[in-house]
Amino acid sequence: MAKKKEVPVHRHSIWYYFGGMTLFLFIVQVATGILLLLYYRPSSENAFESVQFIITEVKFGWLIRSIHSWSANLMIATLFIHMFSVFFLRAYYPPREITWISGVLLLFIVICFGFSGYLLPWNKLAFFATKVGTEIVGVIPIVGRPMLRFLRGGDDVTGATLTRFFGFHVAVLPAAATVLIGIHVLLVQQHGMSVPPSLAGKPLKKMKFVPNFLLRDLIGWILAIGVLAALAALFPWELGEKADAFAPAPAGIKPEWYFLFMFQTLKLIPPKIWRFDGEVIGIMAFNFVALLLFIVPFVDRSPESRRRRLIFNSLGVLALTYIVGMTIFGYVT
Amino acid sequence: MKISEHISASRIAWRLSIAALQALLLLILVTTTCAQKKSSCIECHIKLEDPRLSAPAKLFDNDIHHARGLSCNDCHGGDPNADTKEGAKDPRKGFLGKPKTADIPAYCGKCHSDASLMKRFNPSLRVDQEREYYTSVHGKLLKTGETRVATCISCHSVHGIRAISDPLSSVYPSNVAETCAKCHASADYMRGLGIPSDQYAKYKTSVHAQAMYEKQDMSAPTCNDCHGNHGATPPGIASVANVCGQCHARQAELFQTSPHKAAFDQKELGECITCHSNHAIRKPSDQLLGTSQGTLCINCHTNGDKGFVAAGQMRSRIDELIGSIDKSTEILNRAERAGMEVSKPKFELKGATDALTHARVLIHSSSEGEVDKVVAPGLEVAAKGYQAGVAALAERRFRREGLAVSLVFILFLALLVYLKVRQIERRQATGANGV
Repeated sequence: MAKKKEVPVHRHSIWYYFGGMTLFLFIVQVATGILLLLYYRPSSENAFESVQFIITEVKFGWLIRSIHSWSANLMIATLFIHMFSVFFLRAYYPPREITWISGVLLLFIVICFGFSGYLLPWNKLAFFATKVGTEIVGVIPIVGRPMLRFLRGGDDVTGATLTRFFGFHVAVLPAAATVLIGIHVLLVQQHGMSVPPSLAGKPLKKMKFVPNFLLRDLIGWILAIGVLAALAALFPWELGEKADAFAPAPAGIKPEWYFLFMFQTLKLIPPKIWRFDGEVIGIMAFNFVALLLFIVPFVDRSPESRRRRLIFNSLGVLALTYIVGMTIFGYVT
Repeated sequence: MKISEHISASRIAWRLSIAALQALLLLILVTTTCAQKKSSCIECHIKLEDPRLSAPAKLFDNDIHHARGLSCNDCHGGDPNADTKEGAKDPRKGFLGKPKTADIPAYCGKCHSDASLMKRFNPSLRVDQEREYYTSVHGKLLKTGETRVATCISCHSVHGIRAISDPLSSVYPSNVAETCAKCHASADYMRGLGIPSDQYAKYKTSVHAQAMYEKQDMSAPTCNDCHGNHGATPPGIASVANVCGQCHARQAELFQTSPHKAAFDQKELGECITCHSNHAIRKPSDQLLGTSQGTLCINCHTNGDKGFVAAGQMRSRIDELIGSIDKSTEILNRAERAGMEVSKPKFELKGATDALTHARVLIHSSSEGEVDKVVAPGLEVAAKGYQAGVAALAERRFRREGLAVSLVFILFLALLVYLKVRQIERRQATGANGV
């Protein structure tokens, strides 16, 4: 299938590479994650010390750990870019609805990877970020409280939470991600690369997927290794201080950058909106937007409707501006 | 029975139950009201215009005795049920009135020295305060007829007496110094008693006051911790070390074994206060030790004597350890800022800081040998910390050099793949053109 596949060449072709880049970074995550597992010990007594051991005593342990952390962040960044490029290029038009849905599911799984993995070094920042993050889940009406208890393994963030998050991070999420990636890649191979509606019908140059496109992908992956190595060597991922449940939360605590726009929004929402709790409304709104993502290919199906295209483009630009703006606002405040 | 009859019977039973409950509540209310003690003393005094007479009634609400169910007549006698002034203050009913200053300790002691009575109110409270009071300078002077001295009410106040654990109490740790200062900081009041009145001002500048008022450490010493409370007396030269040794036990113990002990005894110098003073005890620093200008040692020791040499050596070893710790801390901080993980050596460096603290205590032995026993291992720990910092910075250099080499290979590999793509595409183009 891949041998026969051809990739259209046009001014938007650059965006085709971000899916492959995300997949490559996922493979880096799996490889470095397996290496970290050789020394990591998932308990509140040993987790911090084991990561400390990895980065100070294990030969090139610092490199593996830093690459794992940096690659995770780059993967989320490339995934966002991939999602928005697919959105703006309308690559979700029929027959690619399931490809889009599997992609959205992968986005949520990767975010869950980030959230669960952040706690594993059991440092102060991760401990309190998890506390705040799971508290946010807890305010969802009806299901919030049971979900919070399920995630934490009790009422509070403890060693039980760490063990649970470890289980999600190394077993549940990788299994789900592998299945979904399989489906996603298979569908991409089956349907081929989507041509943006603005270029549909025009004569376009094409290149072979194997070897032309794949080798170009390879150049990107090799350069990604260089970027990861540079980041790991110049800005090694910090370990911080060991988590202490009795210590006060560090001042100005912030979540990872990919949660910052939501965190900042919740900070700005007034405590009460009419009769309702402002935080609950904010969280429900984000859940609603997440659900909307799934139905995008079923609402916008027609390449011919210029009005609908304008609406969706505007919504995309608005969402992108909001995410970028709130993230910057979150960092500067 | 029909269903309607059954419902009607249930309603009657329900109403009867409610009525019975209401009657019971009314009975409880009436009984409670009648059981409340009458106090004609409060009723009259609170209305009096003269503040000297109305204040006791107003203050008594917050008094610990009131909280424990006692009333005016429990101290002053008389009849609180009488409705007239004469009836209430009837001497035949045990009315005592306001006690004279000289009688106050015994007045309070009626209850507070009675162990069986006090057990009813506060079994853990001591009952020897009155006896102890008469061993104090205050008590002794009172016996001679001096009425300016403090009695129970001077410190605990009167009618508004609060528990000592109450932060508003005049004898709560953070209020003790002010309470003592009411008399002891007044030069006029203390005139003729032969003691200075600057203790409070000096205490406020001390490290102890700093701990008490700035750090809010209620365990920090205040007047009564050194002088005693009910038996308040200046400790005197012979026992001052015991007083300081209550908290600074190790220093006191070392001093007892030091050559200073015999010398101080011979010259009748106060053991701790000669170097540290008494009320204005400043935070000690290394600058007090040694042989240079400004140190305390040169007040007694002269160049060449044994103590002079020991002081110089102790200071020099302590300075050496401080310098070594600073050097290690600086390099470890530098490595940390560069992103290296050095929390373990930083933690281990605390061993050197502990050694420094220990050495600062050991100077009370006046033995350079004793000080060196802890400084030497401290220097080793600090040196290890420094080595860890050097290693971390070397590792950082290695990583950067490694990165540079790796990047060359990575870029070369990317270039090779790029050239391969170009080659393939040229071949494909040539093939397509049929050449």
